[in-house]
Amino acid sequence: MIYADNAATTKMSSKALEKMTSVMTDIWGNPSSLYAHGQNAKEVLEDARAEVARLIGADVSEIYFTSGGSEADNQAIRSAAYAGKRKNKMHIISTTFEHHAVLHTLNKLEKEGYEITLLDVHENGIIDLDELRQAIREDTCLVTIMYANNEIGTIQPIKEIGEICHERGVIFHTDAVQAVGHIHIDVVEDNVDMLSASGHKFNGPKGVGFLYCKKKTPLYNLIEGGAQEKGKRAGTENVAAIAAMAEALQEKSENLEESISYISGLRDRLIKGLKEIPHSVLNGDETRRLPGTVNFCFEGIEGESLLLLLDDRGIQASSGSACTSGSLDPSHVLLAIGRVHDVAHGSLRLSIDEELTEDDVDYIIKNVKEVVEYLRNFSPVWRDLVSGKREFIL
Amino acid sequence: MALYSEKVMDHFRNPRNVGVIEDANGVGEVGNVKCGDIMKMYLKIENDVVEDVKFETFGCGSAIASSSMATELIKGQPLEKVKELTNKAVVEALDGLPTHKIHCSVLAEEAINAAIDDYEQHKDENR
Repeated sequence: MIYADNAATTKMSSKALEKMTSVMTDIWGNPSSLYAHGQNAKEVLEDARAEVARLIGADVSEIYFTSGGSEADNQAIRSAAYAGKRKNKMHIISTTFEHHAVLHTLNKLEKEGYEITLLDVHENGIIDLDELRQAIREDTCLVTIMYANNEIGTIQPIKEIGEICHERGVIFHTDAVQAVGHIHIDVVEDNVDMLSASGHKFNGPKGVGFLYCKKKTPLYNLIEGGAQEKGKRAGTENVAAIAAMAEALQEKSENLEESISYISGLRDRLIKGLKEIPHSVLNGDETRRLPGTVNFCFEGIEGESLLLLLDDRGIQASSGSACTSGSLDPSHVLLAIGRVHDVAHGSLRLSIDEELTEDDVDYIIKNVKEVVEYLRNFSPVWRDLVSGKREFIL
Repeated sequence: MALYSEKVMDHFRNPRNVGVIEDANGVGEVGNVKCGDIMKMYLKIENDVVEDVKFETFGCGSAIASSSMATELIKGQPLEKVKELTNKAVVEALDGLPTHKIHCSVLAEEAINAAIDDYEQHKDENR
């Protein structure tokens, strides 16, 4: 089996799993309890917080644990929005290809009276900084732009975006769910005010994540209740998962440079091989992308059938086709970078990690080539393209 | 729990009657590329019997399986009976489809009806 869907979720590292079960077995007390068994859990929790803070260049007081990336996104955006409203600043800037945790929150805020500007991400999947400068207004309270895109893997100029926001006194939040643990991140160097991350995207457990919120940045709680997380996130802490997430991030960060160079080597081999398929295109900028994410469109075929046949050959991947999303429209990310419906349906995302070898990558290339050719052979769309009845787009 | 029934996967992996009939006397194409599904049916009708049928499909697993199953259901059948084929019969023969994939079976029914319409429109010309 070749698992090439790490952008969807990752396998837990054995160290993280060990940490999780040992905390669940031995240190299962409530961190809010005052006896030793509870305080031991508190210590595990605070050690994890210190570790996460250190790994992203934050102060320990700036880390808030959440149930995952979506919650962190919701909380960050709503906090900046509410703080903005108090100063009559109700304009928010984002991009057209954010994760739905961001886009759907913004849609709701729009209904609540906020004005939303979504920046174009162009064909290369990267915003234009001048367009950001022009979009910022006197009443802008928040800029929220993802660190790296979950479908096509392109990385935004985060440091420059943060610089622009700070010159104009605007809060900058980044959804870094795909980036944390995969590329070097330092919240200070990156000029970030708020950052969301999710444990299961870097070999930690599911159902846990964190929000970095810089000191003095307003933070409101979404969940009312106890005083956990300094009153900003009620509910007894998921100590075992939090500890395992910190363990996973530490492991990722220790070997970061090495794995970046290894995985991006595999990625480039994959891109080179898949480019040989006629009438195909790599989605997103070729170099400014995550080490492990590759996304292609193949004209004349549909993504779900491609995925099912690859699964039969032991390759697990994903697609932005409508059939896999459960809606009639293909991925909003592919539409945002200008892919028309016709080709967006034929997309394939491969997100690889250090478990794979060059042989695995060659196996993927060979099989994608074969399956695309097989499906094209009985596609009426492909027939029309080849016969000239329909014009090639790619 | 798999996404599709064994029957669907069998017809998807080993589609029956794939391809083109060069001298088809009824051809129907339905769906559109924008929605991600196109089905094309080729019929060879002789003495009011569907002597041969072939299909080409651009679409998901259930679209390919629905086309394949529909061709099996109508091959060798009298035209009057073929006209009565419903998407429900296709779904039943496939041991069911997920709710959001039922439209694939509708497309198969429509493609066959479009091919029959094409045959009936042109049959007088061919006499």
